[in-house]
Amino acid sequence: MRTWREFTWLVRVKALSGLARGAHGAGRAGRIALVLGVGGLTLPGIYLLLLRFLRSLQSTAEVGPLLAAKLLGLGLMLLLSILLLSNLIAALSSFFLARDLPTILAAPVDWLAVYGARLVETGVSSSWMVALVLVPVLAAYGRVYGAGPAYVGYAVLVIVPLLVIPAAAGSAVTLLLVRVFPARRTRDLLGVIAAAGVALLVLGLRMLRPERLVNPEGFRNLMDFLAILRGPSSPWLPSQWTADALMGFLRGRADPFLPVLLWGTAGGVTALGAVLHQQHYSTCYTRAQEGATRRVRWGRLWNGLGRLLAPLGPQRRELVLKDARVFFRDATQWSQLIILGVLVVVYVYNMRVLPLRSSESVGRYLSSLVTFLNVALTGFVLAAIAARFVFPALSLEGRTLWLLRSSPLPASSLLWSKFWSGMVPLLVLALALTLLTTAGLGVGPEVTLLSVVTVTGLTTTFTAQALAWGIAYPKFESENAAQIPTSIGGLLFMLGALLTLGIVVAFQLWAMRGWVRSGLPWRQARPPSAEEMGVAIGFTVALCAVSGALAYRDARRRLERLEA
Amino acid sequence: MIRVEGLVKKYGEFVAVDGVDLAVGSGEIVGLLGPNGAGKTTTLRVIVGILEADDGRVEVDGHDVSSQPLDAKRRLGFVPDRPFVYEKLTGEELLRFSAGLRGRVGPEVDRRIDELLELWDLGPWRDELVESYSHGMRQKLILSSALVHGPSTLVIDEPMVGLDPAAARLLKRLLRQFADQGGAALISTHTLEFAEALCDRLEVIRSGTILASGTMEELRRQAATESGDLEEVFLRLVGGIEERRIARALTGDPRA
Repeated sequence: MRTWREFTWLVRVKALSGLARGAHGAGRAGRIALVLGVGGLTLPGIYLLLLRFLRSLQSTAEVGPLLAAKLLGLGLMLLLSILLLSNLIAALSSFFLARDLPTILAAPVDWLAVYGARLVETGVSSSWMVALVLVPVLAAYGRVYGAGPAYVGYAVLVIVPLLVIPAAAGSAVTLLLVRVFPARRTRDLLGVIAAAGVALLVLGLRMLRPERLVNPEGFRNLMDFLAILRGPSSPWLPSQWTADALMGFLRGRADPFLPVLLWGTAGGVTALGAVLHQQHYSTCYTRAQEGATRRVRWGRLWNGLGRLLAPLGPQRRELVLKDARVFFRDATQWSQLIILGVLVVVYVYNMRVLPLRSSESVGRYLSSLVTFLNVALTGFVLAAIAARFVFPALSLEGRTLWLLRSSPLPASSLLWSKFWSGMVPLLVLALALTLLTTAGLGVGPEVTLLSVVTVTGLTTTFTAQALAWGIAYPKFESENAAQIPTSIGGLLFMLGALLTLGIVVAFQLWAMRGWVRSGLPWRQARPPSAEEMGVAIGFTVALCAVSGALAYRDARRRLERLEA
Repeated sequence: MIRVEGLVKKYGEFVAVDGVDLAVGSGEIVGLLGPNGAGKTTTLRVIVGILEADDGRVEVDGHDVSSQPLDAKRRLGFVPDRPFVYEKLTGEELLRFSAGLRGRVGPEVDRRIDELLELWDLGPWRDELVESYSHGMRQKLILSSALVHGPSTLVIDEPMVGLDPAAARLLKRLLRQFADQGGAALISTHTLEFAEALCDRLEVIRSGTILASGTMEELRRQAATESGDLEEVFLRLVGGIEERRIARALTGDPRA
């Protein structure tokens, strides 16, 4: 009884502080509007799309219901893997690094209450978004199969243990990891594991070659295909049990064993987690307080880079060096490059396998249109990367901003350093993407030149815009760089960047319309004229230069007035 | 040296510093004392150019912090109240970064870094990331970063936090020598024993206003007490809590 009272008290305190943060934090109205806007559009969107898709499947007599069940199993397996990964990371924070832990552990609170409260915190913070996404998915399935109100209760009955299992398992694995590594090293390790996991997922999805589904010649035998669909994908995973339970209920053949199996597993994993917690938590928490003693490596490399940057002068050189060191020593930062690398490979590969040559006559026309689509997509990727890596540049100075503000460092030098540290890697990526994809599309040198000038201009203005919005909406208290762009400032930057991109691509399409149309089968193909190129390049350079310069000037003014 | 005249700093409607005047001359150590929330940290942050004043004037070595901020900051060394530094730099890299921000590079900086790290017993840790430093080690590192470029003026907010007795003693001797060599130091502290032993003059601030200032003797006169240590003088000036209320808080007994 006492343990239960302590548990509810701990959960209540955490919930109240979370609600208070949401109610009084900066940009509250904007956050609420953002959440309502995104949620209001996304969730009904998922519901309607899935409903349409499931209905079209229903009309295919033999294969349709099998595909619907398969789809649910795969979707839940994907969610389960995401949940496991996010619970691993969240558990590290809630069980070992949270600032309120010393107060709680010093109080005479039962260990089971602490375990339960932290498990709830870990599970809720990791799963609420997944649970929200599941609502329209399960609603669409229910609607298609004409399920009654009992379906809601049954869905809750089999989904809740699916959320509990990864929370308990993730917390237990994190506990064991901290037993071996110090918590701060574990955080680095988990960052790399998470990034590698996402990268493998993207690669795996790509390697499934979904484009084969639209190629009827790809199926060897219909019976083979049906046999694969009938068999469970992963009979040992709770996600498959949940999918089977839901599909059974919807088809009127509910298996009472599956909910028991799910709840039994959830209870078993939680009990195992509790036993591990009781036996090891104290030792692990003590270990988590130890600093991760780390002697730096690559000393010669950094010295060499320092010598290379000597012409910049001491202030700018030290700033660039510091940013590079901090980035490459923080696994939560550099590990994002793994995901980025995989996305680039997948993107370039996709561009190269586009079936543009299926028909020689329309191939030319499609190629020229895809060139603009390619610039638009590259621009979008650049904007997203600028949001992730350039937008947080000032916020990441955070609590150390005093060091810069109390030194004789002009705001212009600080901005200069942030601009070039962000722009150079972004430009290298932009040019690599553009040259690799335009070569694959087989376009001429004029169009390659236009693409190169465009992505260079976009990179310049996106870097300046990301810095300007990042300085206007800093988040100095955030310890996670990935969370910084999820603010109103990050959203405004993305809107501004996409507007710039839209204007550039639309204008180029208009300026080059004569050349694009010359690719139509009944026309005489020709290279772009000097006039078309001049107008397209001139406008792009002018727009990017003006928007970039305005953003840069705004960033400098704000930085000069910034108080730390 | 530091000269502050009529300094006002507001956060919205709240007036944190309200017309503060103070001066720290060459060869002098001045202590800024006051209860929590008195405006000490805000005053120091305006002096070093982190915050902008709403009114008044601040000069460092004759350079106006508002109109000539870079000239003023070149002469300053600052230690904040909380030792936040880049976790992913090593101790040596942080000092080199701090010197580089002030345009200092080369063998002279290398020598200064070696001296300072040895002085504070941080030599064995110089190639370790700051994230593995203890609170006291970070404080020593920040003190070193404030000295690495050879400033003429030091502004220190709570210098004793996290320091062990040996390091605290070292800091006192270091600051005394710094002043004896012509430096000016303004120190905000709650450690009254430290202030009494080290400071040439004291400024007592409450609610953003200077209540009293002068030498220890002058403060005793202003507090109307013939003898007594700084603690007694301080409590007489800013007010203290009665013994009865302490007993009540401890026992929970309203009759205490």
